[in-house]
Amino acid sequence: MHRRFRAVFPDAQLKGAHVLKRASKHLVKLVTTALLGGLLGATLVRFAPGFDVDVRELDPRLSSLSVEELRQQRRADDNLTHFYGRYILNLVHGDLGFSHSLNQPARKLFAQRLPVTLREIGVGLLLGWLLGLGLATSVVVLRAWPVDLLASGLSATLLSIPAAVFALTFVFLRAPADLAIALIVMPKIFSYSRNLLRRSYSLPHVLTARSKGLSEIRVFLWHVVPTSGPQLLALLGISVSVAFSATIPVEALCDLPGIGQLAWQAALGRDLIVLVNVTVLITLMTVAANTVSDLLAHSLTREA
Amino acid sequence: MKVARAVALAFLLAIGSVSLLANLLAPATYAEQFRELPNAPPSSRHLLGTDDLGRDRFSRLLYGTRVSLLLAPVAALSSTILAALIGGVAGYLGGRIETAAMWITDLFLSLPWLFLLVAVRALLPLNVSPQVSVIITFGMLGVLGWAGAARVVCASSRSARDSDFALLARASGVKPARLFARHILPNLTPALLAQFWISIPVFILAEANLGVLGLGVAEPLPSWGSLLRELENYAAIGRQPWLFVPLLLLVAVVTCFQLVLPKAELPA
Repeated sequence: MHRRFRAVFPDAQLKGAHVLKRASKHLVKLVTTALLGGLLGATLVRFAPGFDVDVRELDPRLSSLSVEELRQQRRADDNLTHFYGRYILNLVHGDLGFSHSLNQPARKLFAQRLPVTLREIGVGLLLGWLLGLGLATSVVVLRAWPVDLLASGLSATLLSIPAAVFALTFVFLRAPADLAIALIVMPKIFSYSRNLLRRSYSLPHVLTARSKGLSEIRVFLWHVVPTSGPQLLALLGISVSVAFSATIPVEALCDLPGIGQLAWQAALGRDLIVLVNVTVLITLMTVAANTVSDLLAHSLTREA
Repeated sequence: MKVARAVALAFLLAIGSVSLLANLLAPATYAEQFRELPNAPPSSRHLLGTDDLGRDRFSRLLYGTRVSLLLAPVAALSSTILAALIGGVAGYLGGRIETAAMWITDLFLSLPWLFLLVAVRALLPLNVSPQVSVIITFGMLGVLGWAGAARVVCASSRSARDSDFALLARASGVKPARLFARHILPNLTPALLAQFWISIPVFILAEANLGVLGLGVAEPLPSWGSLLRELENYAAIGRQPWLFVPLLLLVAVVTCFQLVLPKAELPA
């Protein structure tokens, strides 16, 4: 059976091994990123101003014994090895610290808020991709300068507006925040995909297909999409990063209880451990998205 | 397109000059209060009216433009220098050093930009004087914004290293440090210049975002970010359209920066 499979698909095993090798490389990268990100985060927290100060010591209700116990707990962190070890161990066990400003464990806050952010990003990305790719496709296929000018002008204007202003506008208009994320992501998708599609349209085989009289739709679907598809997929990872970035102003200003708002509240309340851990987790999610898009793009390129 | 570029450049020069002359052109200083006239509408005395604290909005816009428009290029310059050092040296040396440098660059690029800025800003002191907050905000942008540029510079440096002139210089006995400084670095200038121009609008927008979130330049010193915070006053913006002037100026300036950058130098 195995021999027959290899006879029919001689490249299948080689290709599978290649994809597996690439995937394992990405996995190593993901684990190292987590470890390095954790250590970097711990370093930032450890050396940030005010690390060795605890305002609870000023509480007049605490006895001298309680104050001494708090100091003992802090003294344990003076030892760097102990501090890093404990920090990483806590992360591995899913302990993301305690939010002093929100008075809750960060893990609980993260679990409550992650679905809100994921939903918002999912809808935002979907709409952003539909709008950006749709606009880019119409510009490239129609090849009419008024459409190009209008689309480029719109994209340039949207690129020039800070994400926070989008958020304020959507609060004012009482429009859904997902649309704000879509409008933030859209111009980036548009400009990259338009450039990619234009490049694909100038390739010799596409020019030949068009000169032979193939319909525009057929040229686009059969010749342009397979060429630019893998690169467009690689753009998916970048758009996830852009969307995550946009969640901070959008959620903070639209009062959405998501991860972006948590990061902002942690920043203002100087919940450093929570903030750094949230950032590390978001980075991991972005790296994972990049990995998936890279693997998909890679497998499609090999097939092409 | 050339006309659009020329117009954009002229607009940027005009705005830059006006903001530099803020001391002479502004009818008041950015912190001066006209206590008898809070929330005043535009008049010949106050071209854009006054804010809640009775400060002249036009003066604050001029001073704020100066802060954002002068310091964003300074931050862009710092990040470009860092990118030249990290990316240029990594591309020139190649091998494991390049792999390690590019891996760190990738890690930086994986960090969502605003999350990184907010996290680092929170780690630094928050209650500081306006002058220190300006240094922290733009210094942070300059130090953290190198990654994208470093990747491009590394590729340019690698191709310059493998070029014939570098081979000839090496064969003639030119030392590595001299080869890098005298032959490779000048060839990186176009890539560095493009990255510098790309970084300016990115940093202006980042400062604006931080300002609206209350993590940027501290009051009473104005910047585009802090001026945009007035848009949070939803009850007023319907009746006071002049509150949008800082936003319109910001959009115009950032669009002009995008137009000034030649198309060939834009990323794919």
